[in-house]
Amino acid sequence: MASKDLYYVPHGSKWPIVGTLSVFTFFLGSAMLFNHSSGAKYVFVVGIAALVYMFIGWFSDVISESRAGNYNKQVDVSFRMGMGWFILSEVMFFAAFFGALFYARMFSIPWLNGEGLGGVNGTHEFLWSSFEAVWPTNVMPDPSNALGGGKAFQEFTEVIPAFGIPAINTAILLLSGVTVTIAHWALKEAKRKALIFWLFATVALGFFFVFLQAEEYIHAITDLGITPNSGIYGSTFYLLTGFHGFHVTMGAIMLAVIMFRSINGHFSNKDHFAFEAVAWYWHFVDVVWLGLFIFVYWI
Amino acid sequence: MSTLTQANDHDHDHKPTGLKRWFFSTNHKDIGTLYLIFALTMFFVGGSMAMIIRAELFQPGLQFVDPQFYNSMVTVHALIMIFGAVMPAGVGLANWMIPLMIGAPDMALPRMNNMSFWILPFAFALLISTLFMEGGGPAGGWTMYPPLVLQTGAAFPFLILAVHFLGISSIMGAINIIVTVFNMRAPGMTLMKMPLFVWTWVITSFLLVASLPVLAGGVTMLLTDKYFGTSFFNAAGGGDPVLFQHIFWFFGHPEVYILALPAFGIVSQIIPAFARKPLFGYASMVYATASIAILSFFVWAHHMFTVGLPVKGELFFMYATMLIAVPTGVKVFNWMATMWKGSMTFETPMLFSIAFVILFTIGGFSGLMLGITPVDFQYHDTYFVVAHFHYVLLTGAVFALMGAVYYWLPKWTGYMYDEKLGQIHFWLSTITANILFFPQHFLGLAGMPRRIPDYNVQFADFNMISSIGGFAYGISQLLFVYIVIKCVLGGKKAKALSWEGAKGLEWTVPSPAPHHTFETPPKLTKAMLEH
Amino acid sequence: MKSIFQKIIVGLVLLPFTALADWGLNLTRGATTISNEIYDLHMLSLWIVTIIGIVVFGIMFWSIFHHRKSKGVKPATFSHSTTVEVIWTIIPLAIIISLAVPATSLLIKMHDTSEAQITLKATGYQWKWKYDYLDEDLTIYSALDEKSSEASQRDSGINPMEVDNYLLDVDNLIVLPINTKIRILTTANDVIHAWWVPALGWKRDAIPGFINDNWAVIEKPGIYRGQCAEICGKGHGYMPIVVKAVPMDEYKIWVAEMKAEQEAKKNTSGMVLTMEELMTKGETVYKAQCLMCHQANGQGLKGAFPALAGSPMATEPAQRLGHIKQILNGKGIMPAYGEQLSDVEIAAVTTYERNAWGNDTGDIVQAKEVAEARTKK
Ligand code: HEA
Ligand code: HEA
Ligand code: HEC
Ligand code: CUA
Ligand SMILES: [Cu+2]
Repeated sequence: MASKDLYYVPHGSKWPIVGTLSVFTFFLGSAMLFNHSSGAKYVFVVGIAALVYMFIGWFSDVISESRAGNYNKQVDVSFRMGMGWFILSEVMFFAAFFGALFYARMFSIPWLNGEGLGGVNGTHEFLWSSFEAVWPTNVMPDPSNALGGGKAFQEFTEVIPAFGIPAINTAILLLSGVTVTIAHWALKEAKRKALIFWLFATVALGFFFVFLQAEEYIHAITDLGITPNSGIYGSTFYLLTGFHGFHVTMGAIMLAVIMFRSINGHFSNKDHFAFEAVAWYWHFVDVVWLGLFIFVYWI
Repeated sequence: MSTLTQANDHDHDHKPTGLKRWFFSTNHKDIGTLYLIFALTMFFVGGSMAMIIRAELFQPGLQFVDPQFYNSMVTVHALIMIFGAVMPAGVGLANWMIPLMIGAPDMALPRMNNMSFWILPFAFALLISTLFMEGGGPAGGWTMYPPLVLQTGAAFPFLILAVHFLGISSIMGAINIIVTVFNMRAPGMTLMKMPLFVWTWVITSFLLVASLPVLAGGVTMLLTDKYFGTSFFNAAGGGDPVLFQHIFWFFGHPEVYILALPAFGIVSQIIPAFARKPLFGYASMVYATASIAILSFFVWAHHMFTVGLPVKGELFFMYATMLIAVPTGVKVFNWMATMWKGSMTFETPMLFSIAFVILFTIGGFSGLMLGITPVDFQYHDTYFVVAHFHYVLLTGAVFALMGAVYYWLPKWTGYMYDEKLGQIHFWLSTITANILFFPQHFLGLAGMPRRIPDYNVQFADFNMISSIGGFAYGISQLLFVYIVIKCVLGGKKAKALSWEGAKGLEWTVPSPAPHHTFETPPKLTKAMLEH
Repeated sequence: MKSIFQKIIVGLVLLPFTALADWGLNLTRGATTISNEIYDLHMLSLWIVTIIGIVVFGIMFWSIFHHRKSKGVKPATFSHSTTVEVIWTIIPLAIIISLAVPATSLLIKMHDTSEAQITLKATGYQWKWKYDYLDEDLTIYSALDEKSSEASQRDSGINPMEVDNYLLDVDNLIVLPINTKIRILTTANDVIHAWWVPALGWKRDAIPGFINDNWAVIEKPGIYRGQCAEICGKGHGYMPIVVKAVPMDEYKIWVAEMKAEQEAKKNTSGMVLTMEELMTKGETVYKAQCLMCHQANGQGLKGAFPALAGSPMATEPAQRLGHIKQILNGKGIMPAYGEQLSDVEIAAVTTYERNAWGNDTGDIVQAKEVAEARTKK
């Protein structure tokens, strides 16, 4: 039995290099897809498959080590800190996109309309005299997009109102934050049934969110004409909601994994870091959504 | 999986052998070694590109390469030097030394540590492969400003994904270091007892975790602008090319301190060791480092004074930029005071550290001048800037890294390096680096723009001098490789305490350091905690 | 190889004299009040850091010489002193403030573009500048002059040392009046460029889709040269700026002349030239406008710029109109030339391309055909 006083340093592991190779293959495949290279599809698919293989393999190693009791308190703290800092890096990733949104709304659009720089900004006067600063921007400074690829912008009929699907989605995510917390309480009190039930509810809410989001996209594209090519509004809309939706999907999958592990009785009421990590992640996704709801949909 | 059974045997000290040792490694020393070797290799690759640049600039007129290729040499040179040489070298040192310095058995997350390293060669494979593609490699400068960068051909997605890949590596490395330092210190090793090198690396890691994801976001927007019709950086659709610059420099300025802070840490270890005197103002060093890091998030637009920011913005960024001179000055003065009334000897690590203090400060001075907005309107995008950042990067960061290698080589290899050759290498490097970069100040002031393959004849002489210095500097570095290899192969046996005045836990373990150290936390005595 | 070697030797021998020679070592004072104030601020900061450097490095060298082990010095043991630490925080702070004060007032002054008497709009293209005199209805395109362009080709066989103002000369310079507040707007049409004439004391980025502005009052007549100062692709080193500053009345005359010249140019659609004339003119146009991308030998650059030699568009009769329209309207990275070249120039360059580098089609394109192509969809 490994001594609990020793910090567990795993012996050589193949997963890091497998991980590297799979991300590499995935990136290579993506780059080739962008370049329309022949065979790109296959490289890409192999990359994804390898990624999945790596995640499963790596995590099952960690899980079995954990279940074998190799991890002492200190190792647990390392994992916790690691997850915390990882979430911070994700926050900064979203900060870039939020920054782009704020920049467009507070600076570039007013500037294109001639504001700023002490009121003598010539951009409007000399370049885009028919442009009017409104948000959401539907009529572009240059609808023909000569500066970009020359592919005219897609105009939309209206934007998605905040108090339709987005508000429902907000409720769903907030609710799922509650259910995951109830599940955590249940876990701490070793109430397995309740734990599994509330986790299931959380997973279901998560996927329901994704489903509604997909519906909303379809509606936006087919009925309203909002595409990533709808100027800066479409750009920020899709990038922010798209990356968020991707994170929700990942989070929901992670929650599902945790649910199955709970069913298999992996967690004790004292020792369940994986559960908490996923819950943290889920709360992070939740908070990002609040930002989206307010700044992308509402005001 | 075999780990279950493996997990039960904790009977060390057997090293894994063969390829497995390096590819599957979870050992901070092996991974540190990999990082260092990789960094040195990349320094030569990036340096060779610099040699192509200097060869083309040797004389006016185009002699060797065409302008497009020249631009891609400049771009890739910078990316390789920054992301492939200086950062990995710093992480390599952190890997090797931090666990030793704080009495930890290894890095906190050893498997992730291995992945952080192995990403690097593959990321650079993606990047360097573009040089052989139709349309050539990325050629818009390492700053990747749109719309120019969007004109990149087949290389474009490779560039973006390579940057993402490198970012993943650095973020994982940074998280590992933070967790190691906060969670793995031996009992008694309080934060304010940690060696300064450890401090500078934690702070650097904060910068990495907070700034690299922003770059990742920025290049993602480049990707969607090119392939998905978004218009973040396209005024026609309500975006702004300058937005990218804000994002890039929000990352980019902290990035330059990511390169500089570990160097500060190194020098703060070496100078006290060879002055045989405690580091002056330990606490103020820590605070100064932290202030620099915090300030570094508020100065980014000093790279963008000429883009036409509102005057209030320019003033804010000018003040913030100039303010950084204060904490940096504190560091310089502390090093000066550490030497004062010491009992100094001048082995190679010390020589490099002294040169660092002087030459980095010169680079800092030109930085301060660049920070004065109205004057930067003249300096910007000229060789004055090129001179500035090579002083802080080459004679700054790289000199400190080389000093660190000399300082810790005995600990790594168990042998002393050849001191005489080390000193020759030092003098050659210092003299030639100054011939290489000092004249570039003049070129910039006289009006030579940067990133041009050809120039007016009035700039001919200084360019020639600079190129000569460049070739000489490049050749001198071959000596460094020779010295390192020679030292790995043998030499005078190194004692556990390889330098008379050195302080710190790393000197309490034998040289070479055993494969596993501090598996149980060391009992720290007061003497061990001195710095 | 031998000449390079000789130059190394000469360079090394001359090294000590370099500082004495009349090479540019420093910023120049320039030709405006602002550029002079910038020069002064530059010198002030330079002196300040020089003095700090002398003091700091002086102290360091003092201890390096005196406090060494070989002199038997026993190390002191002090490790901090709050007093000195406070002092060396406050002094740099004070120095910085003393620099920031003049910098602030100068910056505010530089930003004040109001009450300009003349407005000039400079638009960056890959790789030339377009100037619109907004008060005069006058437009000028200004690209690298032909001599430099030719000499700058690889293996051109021309020694740049023998070319006047190598890479700093343009085909059409711009003229500005002295003692007049000129507001200069910068923008761009493709990628970011930067408009920089050192003698005016500033550079300003030219950002596609946005207008930046700046101003200058030139005090001395003369010719002032500058360059694009933001990487803008392969031609970044090849888009100089030349400003000729003259008294106001001369400026007025120049404007009138330029207008008349352009008026004359506009009516070229009726001109009929011989094959020879077209070829000579075409070559001139080609060298000035197209060579940068399509190269002197018409081979282009693989992967970036298509070869014109042997290209179907430049050889097949059926593509004749397409060829003309390509030049008129541009495509992708290739700029449109319809606005800046006259009918006869486009006719000439089309003829040239269809007959040079072995394309020998024998086709002759006259200005009239171009004028017609302009109206065709
Ligand atoms: C290690 C990297 C590093 C470091 C440490 C620095 C440090 C500094 N840099 Fe530098 N910089 C770069 C790397 C670095 N830089 C790079 C790579 C670029 C170009 C990027 C590109 O465009 O490609 C750049 C460009 C750059 C610019 C943009 C120039 C332009 O493009 O127009 C500016 C402008 O303000 C600037 C300023 C500064 C300042 C004020 C510091 C300060 O931190 C310096 C502080 C230090 C001192 C001042 C010396 C010591 C102090 C004293 C002895 C105290 C007393 C002194 C005084 C009171 C003056 N830098
Ligand atoms: C850590 C960063 C770092 C380092 C170490 C260096 C090191 C060097 N740099 Fe680099 N450089 C940058 C970062 C760095 N640079 C950045 C960020 C830019 C801006 C890019 C941009 O504009 O986008 C830049 C741009 C830049 C330019 C400006 C180009 C331009 O604007 O047109 C030049 C020109 O002289 C240059 C030269 C050199 C040289 C000669 C070295 C030397 O110190 C290199 C020495 C090393 C070697 C030479 C390798 C070892 C030896 C051999 C391989 C043996 C063979 C030797 C011979 C054949 C002689 N660099
Ligand atoms: C900025 C670089 C650039 C300049 C300057 C330039 N071209 Fe081009 N040219 C291109 C590019 C890029 C293409 C390919 C366009 C495409 O197909 O997307 C091209 C295509 C062409 C073609 C069509 C070739 C073919 O086979 O399809 C012709 C003809 C041509 N250019 C003529 C000219 C002439 C005449 C000039 C000068 C008056 C000129 N070009 C200046 C970049 C340039
Ligand atoms: Cu235009 Cu550089
Ligand atoms: Cu900076």
